[in-house]
Amino acid sequence: MPTEAAELVFDEATKVYPGRDAAAVDHLSLTVPAGEICVLVGPSGGGKTTALKLVNRLIPLTSGYIRIDGRQIGDYDVTELRRSIGYVIQQVGLFPHMTIEGNIGTVPRLLGWKRERIRDRVGELLELVGLDPEEDRKRFPAELSGGQRQRVGLARALAANPALMLMDEPFGAIDPIVRARLQDEFLRLHREVRKTVVFVTHDVDEAIKVGDRIAILREGGRLAQYDTPQQILEHPVDDFVADFVGRDRALKALTLKTLGDLELSPATDDGLPRLSADTSLRDALAVAVAERREALLVVGPDGSPLGVAKREDLLR
Amino acid sequence: MVSSAFVDAFRFMPSHFSLLLEKAAQTAELAFAALAIALLIALPIGLWLGHRHRGLPLALGVSSLGRSLPSVVLIGLGIAILGVGFWNNALALVVLAVPPILTNTYFAVEGVDSDAVEAARGIGLTETQILTRVELPLGLPLLLAGLRIAAVFVIATATIAGIFGGGGLGDIMARQVTYGLGGVFAAAIWVAGLALLTAAALALVQRAASRRMAPRA
Amino acid sequence: MTAQRFADGPVIPNFGKPSACLRDNGWFCTDWIHEHWGDTLQPALIQHIQLTLIAVGIGFAISFALALVALRFGFLDPPLGVFTDFLYTIPSLALFQLLVPLSGVTVTTVEIALVSYTLFILYRNIVVGLRSVPPEVLESARGMGLTRRQTFLRVELPLAMPAILAGLRIAVVATISIATVAAFLIEDGLGAPIFAAIGTPDLFKTELVAAGGLAILLALTADALLTLAQRALTPWNRVR
Repeated sequence: MPTEAAELVFDEATKVYPGRDAAAVDHLSLTVPAGEICVLVGPSGGGKTTALKLVNRLIPLTSGYIRIDGRQIGDYDVTELRRSIGYVIQQVGLFPHMTIEGNIGTVPRLLGWKRERIRDRVGELLELVGLDPEEDRKRFPAELSGGQRQRVGLARALAANPALMLMDEPFGAIDPIVRARLQDEFLRLHREVRKTVVFVTHDVDEAIKVGDRIAILREGGRLAQYDTPQQILEHPVDDFVADFVGRDRALKALTLKTLGDLELSPATDDGLPRLSADTSLRDALAVAVAERREALLVVGPDGSPLGVAKREDLLR
Repeated sequence: MVSSAFVDAFRFMPSHFSLLLEKAAQTAELAFAALAIALLIALPIGLWLGHRHRGLPLALGVSSLGRSLPSVVLIGLGIAILGVGFWNNALALVVLAVPPILTNTYFAVEGVDSDAVEAARGIGLTETQILTRVELPLGLPLLLAGLRIAAVFVIATATIAGIFGGGGLGDIMARQVTYGLGGVFAAAIWVAGLALLTAAALALVQRAASRRMAPRA
Repeated sequence: MTAQRFADGPVIPNFGKPSACLRDNGWFCTDWIHEHWGDTLQPALIQHIQLTLIAVGIGFAISFALALVALRFGFLDPPLGVFTDFLYTIPSLALFQLLVPLSGVTVTTVEIALVSYTLFILYRNIVVGLRSVPPEVLESARGMGLTRRQTFLRVELPLAMPAILAGLRIAVVATISIATVAAFLIEDGLGAPIFAAIGTPDLFKTELVAAGGLAILLALTADALLTLAQRALTPWNRVR
């Protein structure tokens, strides 16, 4: 398996649990291009987690195929397959008896890496996920907060430089403020190491925020729509998708763009609220409504005015 | 050899039935008297400490000290200090029975879900009512487990007291010349039976108590 | 059978030239302890340690095997639990006696009885320890590509250590205590001088206190050592 990023293909992938009539995942076909984040989202019973676990064979396929860079997952040795795929779950599942270093180094150790190489790799990853490479490596999981533990979980999944990451509601058990920060950091991290990621969530807002593409699954594990967040918000294929993304989908769509994406009018300084160019249109609209203003002053990172955004520009 | 010893034992049982019954009653009397006294001492202390969430070191210390005291030594000390006699032996047994009852009572009450206790306090139960109506019923299975351990322990030790002149089934076991090998084996079987019956009875009570706690389990 | 000397005809030990303390049957006559450390107390102590180590060692091996079987075939756990509980419930004196037809008046009989007492505690603790591993930890181990064997050795076993060591501690202390009863059957371990002391007409207090004290000291020392081992082997349990 290549170590940068792999293309993942679900090809009529189907899972029927023994003793059940209905499929959990029903003829799922979709392609995740190398280096992109694909979010699986849907109501409970939609088979999101099942679909995810089919990939690293924690759950065996009933029929159909899953291919990683063209090679069927069944052709890999299962241990080798799992060691080459990063796996992050909601409850993190850190090994309580190992230090942070021990946890992150687990797969590299199994792969027979040299001690110094593991040490260096652990330091590098701790820095990448925003932990202290010196202080934190000797600590035990019980000494960390929930958010820190999930960072370690992410670092552990990245340890052997997998081409594909599977993330099952990774931020689901974390409070909203820390969750937003972890999402931002995850996106920053993904720009640095462009892995292919399959990300399961039940939270539409999270899906819109982190996904390059979103796959909406409906009950019975059938794919309702697979598209970019923009397309899904603007052109839901049916009522199910429209309902699922919510009545406020027009507002949600505003989160996808920032003030910097707009064509601005020339700056006039008459005491307008000042907002930086990376503010989302949704937040900008909230400010305009709250302050009862028809226009906002957009400023660059250094605080210099870039131009004025009118309220109707935000909604166009 | 296996067969002959047990054949003798099972011949001994009907022919000396009343003797065995009398000796078993002596052992049981000694054991249950000690158990009752131990309960009177350990239960209030364990309940109170557990309710106040205090005295963890005491509970742990008593339990590990209790385990490290060999029963033979305690019986010996009892005889050395007080001489042989029913209440003297009973006192030694009480010392052995207190630790498991105290420790289990403590953890039974201490471990009751604090939400339940808080809810009880919230609806206006007094501390005594909390202890008797919430903590005691909820902790009962664990408490009874402690009682079972103590009972088994005390019956075993009462038998040992018997071989040093304390009467009961142990007395038969120590007098092979008088009662023959068959008698010794018969007494051993009866001792085992007494302990198993007592344990089984307490296990049934324990099960009833925990079933009342969680009807679906 | 050695037991009969207590009731039918106690053995009177030869005190040699008695000191004032010994003549008064004092509680702690140091001259006797000095004199008989080498020929009575020390050998008894060493025998006692041997009895205990062999019993707990074999008991641990059997319990571990039973626990693995019970974890693999869950339906066997309740009957195994009841069986070990049954053995544990039989009073020591009776069990020692009842095993005689099987293995005679021998150390083997004593060890079989002692081993059967350790099973209840060790089996339960090993099963509970291995079962206590959180499901998400097992799932992440599997998802990371650890084999069954690696998961067991690197994750399940270390995480079960606190419970296993706690069981070992209780088993060792209990065995040291129960092993004193073995002297009912054979003259072995610290129980031998204890039984001899109680069997003396006036009850030989110094011997009782010295040998009994050694047994208690041995139990407390083992308890302390195993507690230290428990802390050293499970550093992750100390945090917070």
